[in-house]
Amino acid sequence: MRRFGRRILGSPLLEALAAPHGVDRYLELIRPSWSLHEARAEVIEVRRQTADSVTLTLRPNENWKGFRTGQFVRLTVEIGGVRHTRCYSPACSEHAPDRIEITVKAHPEGRVSGFLNRAASPGMVVGLSAADGDFVLPAERPTRLLLISGGSGITPVMSMLRTLCDEGHAGAVTFVHYAQTRDRVPYRRELSEVARRHPNVRIVLAYTREPGATLTGHLSREHLRAVAPEASRAPAYVCGPPGLIESARRIWAEDGIEQLLHIESFLPPSLALPSDRAEGSVSFARARELVPNSGRSLLEQAEQAGLSPQFGCRMGICHTCTCRKTAGSVRNLVSGEVSGAEEEDIQICVSVPVGDVELDL
Amino acid sequence: MSTPVPELTRQQIESFGEELDAIRRRVVADLGERDSGYIRKVIRAQRGLEVAGRGLMFAGFLPPAWLAGVTALSLSKILDNMEIGHNVMHGQYDWMNDPDLSGKGFEWDTACPADQWRHSHNYMHHTHTNIVGKDRDIGYGILRMSEDQPWHPYYLGNPLYAALLATFFQYGVAFHDLELERVSTGKASLGEKRDMIRAIWDKVRRQTLKDYILFPVLTGPSAPFTLAGNATANLTRNLWAFTIIFCGHFPDGTQEFTEEETAEETRGQWYHRQLLGSANLTGGKLFHVLSGNLSFQIEHHLFPDIPAHRYAEISVEVREACERYGIPYNTGPLHRQFGSVVRKIVRLALPGRRDKPAHDGPRAAPEPAPERRNLTPARV
Repeated sequence: MRRFGRRILGSPLLEALAAPHGVDRYLELIRPSWSLHEARAEVIEVRRQTADSVTLTLRPNENWKGFRTGQFVRLTVEIGGVRHTRCYSPACSEHAPDRIEITVKAHPEGRVSGFLNRAASPGMVVGLSAADGDFVLPAERPTRLLLISGGSGITPVMSMLRTLCDEGHAGAVTFVHYAQTRDRVPYRRELSEVARRHPNVRIVLAYTREPGATLTGHLSREHLRAVAPEASRAPAYVCGPPGLIESARRIWAEDGIEQLLHIESFLPPSLALPSDRAEGSVSFARARELVPNSGRSLLEQAEQAGLSPQFGCRMGICHTCTCRKTAGSVRNLVSGEVSGAEEEDIQICVSVPVGDVELDL
Repeated sequence: MSTPVPELTRQQIESFGEELDAIRRRVVADLGERDSGYIRKVIRAQRGLEVAGRGLMFAGFLPPAWLAGVTALSLSKILDNMEIGHNVMHGQYDWMNDPDLSGKGFEWDTACPADQWRHSHNYMHHTHTNIVGKDRDIGYGILRMSEDQPWHPYYLGNPLYAALLATFFQYGVAFHDLELERVSTGKASLGEKRDMIRAIWDKVRRQTLKDYILFPVLTGPSAPFTLAGNATANLTRNLWAFTIIFCGHFPDGTQEFTEEETAEETRGQWYHRQLLGSANLTGGKLFHVLSGNLSFQIEHHLFPDIPAHRYAEISVEVREACERYGIPYNTGPLHRQFGSVVRKIVRLALPGRRDKPAHDGPRAAPEPAPERRNLTPARV
């Protein structure tokens, strides 16, 4: 019946009758989560696991095609009449039927995270994107696995842990989570439950600001030696703030086993401050604007020039801001790489011009 | 007839412009839920009227149902084109970051493809407002609407062309960006317009299919009534849109400009030109909504990308500033403004009869001119 209804509503006849606005523009007026083409989700449960975070259970509509554990989705919310999009990794198992669970930590200056912590309530409808990202477990699950997370970076690895449990995975899994204090560990009860039920899973908590956990302080070689001696042979999935990521990169590189390390960073890369060495000018071809290069990201420079390019995460993940560079070289703030001068698509939120640059914007 | 325009010094014009910039900054900083809520409310009303109008046509053989259906559908098309389409396509709601309300992506329920409108209207008309030879909205390439357009025997048909344009206004708008008058004078060839013609054809076909084939056929035995009802709704919208739009820049007292005098315009002078070239309509709240707030044509031309429902409150400040600077603020009820437009259409069918100079003297006195301040209240 439901499929039949969708078939009728999605028919060329209905599209022609609803022209020029399309059937979705009528459906969403009946119920905001209804759409033939767009993925949206309704918040069905709001819980608070820690004082500074909120955990939302979302029910996506039929247009959402699921995710692979570890991936992220772009979530769109409207605040004060303005739509904002941010990336969140579902924390649920990829086998969870028709549900997405996300945990959002309130950042002091985070407009969206603050809003969700303050105002999310059942019935609220948010926009969704298809899942994206290559921070994923291989289809053939590794027999030994190391999962490390810090702070709100727990969500994608929590998803991996839950997925493996759902699959009855028998391989050894070590899960190390770094939090400032005991109160700030979301999923604490569930983690100890998992450890109790699954003898192959070892859960290790580390507190950076108080004693009382197995480990104290930040990620170090000593920590790994103490709780994860298999690190030299097992693939590792690490998600957390830049400090954690940096330490992991360094340790794995020193041991010459970078190929085992998979990382996902959830805080923006430190964006270049206005550099006194910024040279050249930036040309926004379609807007016919030419501005001197301020050394900031092209997205910021475009906004300063009065343009409003599309953007999402502003940290190089979501590709919403992707735009054609028609001339010039840019430096990628995430990778540090300098591009060639040829025409190509770049993410303007994490690209700074190296000399003259022209964008199709 | 025309109001003598006081000469303002360059400095006065610039400080007037700065005052307008300040108004703009304040409103833009204040945009938020009030505006997003407003446009969504209008969209909800329009979609409701659309569904009601289409539904009532199924009982179109009953005169009251037919009449109610035509009314609902006419209102739907008017809201869609004016308060929603025209304004959204100006980018008035781009700040909401909602792809369905993005100025670049919106499509409206009329024959003109949105992309061509964005060029002919947002860019050509709003940038070159009332500059004879550049602003093609002066007469739409069909009519003589300014004494500065040289007379030709063709213009004897001015009133007839105007009546035809009003009746088929959606097609007039659709063909507007093609600049057919340049094709007929050999300045452009039809070949180079092929893509535009195809886009117009696609849009016209979709609109025709919906209004004149699919919906009539769907209503079965009511088909002839539905066909007539849909045609009536389109006609109502055409006449209404023509009336409102022709009151924007052609009533008595609005001025035209030459390319020379606007060649090196400052921001203040641009504002000044928009003001002198536009005219408002007075009326109630519903009237303003149905006109797409183009009844605040002056404010719309000063701030084309500010949500139009804000114009009413902005107009109080603009008018007050105009009074201080002695700049005429042209406003009046629909019957008076449109009456003067009709008279102009008829008058300009004939040669000569120039009863005012092409433009009332220089817009800005040369720099060293003595400071003069006209304190006469603006014409009401």
